[in-house]
Amino acid sequence: MNTFSDSASTALQLIAGADPMLLSIVARSLAVSSVACLIACGAGVLLGAWLGIARFAGRGAVLTVLNTLLALPSVVVGLVVYLLLSRSGPLGSLGWLFSFKAMVLAQAILVLPVVTALTRQVVEDVDSANGEQLRSLGAGAFLRSVLLAWDERYALLTVVIASFGRAISEVGAVMIVGGNIDGFTRVMTTAIALETSKGDLPLALALGIVLLAVVLGLNVLIALIRRWRLERSDQPLLVQAAG
Amino acid sequence: MSGLLQLKGVDLDFGPVRALSGVNLRIAAGERVALIGSNGSGKSTLLRVLHGLLPPTRGALLRDGTVRQAMLFQRPWMLRTSALNNVALGLWIAGSKWPQARGAALQALAEVELADVALRNARSLSGGQQQRLALARAWSLKPDLLFLDEPTSSLDPHAKREVEALMAKFASDGMTLVFASHNLGQVKRLATRVVYLERGRVLADLPVHDFFNGPQLRETSLEADLFVKGEMA
Repeated sequence: MNTFSDSASTALQLIAGADPMLLSIVARSLAVSSVACLIACGAGVLLGAWLGIARFAGRGAVLTVLNTLLALPSVVVGLVVYLLLSRSGPLGSLGWLFSFKAMVLAQAILVLPVVTALTRQVVEDVDSANGEQLRSLGAGAFLRSVLLAWDERYALLTVVIASFGRAISEVGAVMIVGGNIDGFTRVMTTAIALETSKGDLPLALALGIVLLAVVLGLNVLIALIRRWRLERSDQPLLVQAAG
Repeated sequence: MSGLLQLKGVDLDFGPVRALSGVNLRIAAGERVALIGSNGSGKSTLLRVLHGLLPPTRGALLRDGTVRQAMLFQRPWMLRTSALNNVALGLWIAGSKWPQARGAALQALAEVELADVALRNARSLSGGQQQRLALARAWSLKPDLLFLDEPTSSLDPHAKREVEALMAKFASDGMTLVFASHNLGQVKRLATRVVYLERGRVLADLPVHDFFNGPQLRETSLEADLFVKGEMA
């Protein structure tokens, strides 16, 4: 079982046979990253849309910090969340450390700057080009940011999917705050790291294949959304308009 | 003040560039004022100042407090939703409830003969239809004063005629129009008064007949003379 081909063959058998341990880890990974993205996108789209429109003293500094956070290392997020949630930390009383919630919190923090920064850019660009026409109708900054974010919903859907890809493929944060506990906080990336170090390459490889498949699926989804978006711009909107 | 709107000694700077210089202008009810001049003369900027989208650097914009105004842009931009919703949105922002806004929007679409495409995605309409849709959105707000920034410059001749006909109809219903245009034929057909701009300054402000037939402008500016002769645009 030392060769790559042997490992790959066993890995494919695990996937084809729907190995319960494999499925449980994949399901947990998808659940953690989905909930984290839902939270981060809810807050990040609103915050990004507002930042795209609002003009205030210190905005440039805020955007510089935001753009810096795009490169936030996941282990640093893990460390900060660990400190926050540890027994002596400010949020220690919640008892979340080494739990599903801790992993969600860490991934949400990791993804929030990505969603916020990309949404800010999308909304700011469309506001520069066309926001004046909404202003001429009397729309204030908040309403404009909401309307423009809604109007750019297909572009923002791509942002959401990209952020999910970032969340599900990170390992540092969930490893630190989740603890990689078997059957409880073990997700795909932490399991791959552990099984590789133990020498159980087939399971690690099987998880790697599933992870790649998820990322591939997300990219296919982005491409389909782009195509649908182009086709949709020529379609009547009977359903929406009749509502 | 008398009239709907008045500019007093307005300057507008974009950084080191002076876009408008010492502009004095009064718009009275029922007028159809054409702003003309070559590219970069300040027509669009002046419209934006009049509509309140750009605050003057110096001088004052005086407005009759009760006047309702709307603006139509050279390239109207529509939200990615139905034509009906785009018109209703303007009314909703102005304070109407959504069901009432949609009812009034349908009426406005009928006014510009777009009722049959009310449920189509606004972005899928032709350039001429989108401009008429923008006119419906403006008309639905029942403005006393409508600003139009080169409303037909990107349209084919047929669509141009349709938009011009609507502008004439709105004017005959009592709406005051202030429009920027490069099309001198359109100015002659629609305007009652012409304001000629050159490098941000108002060089002439005359009734349409006097502007095209009087000698004043030619004596003032060679550029203006060439512009009126149609040799420059």
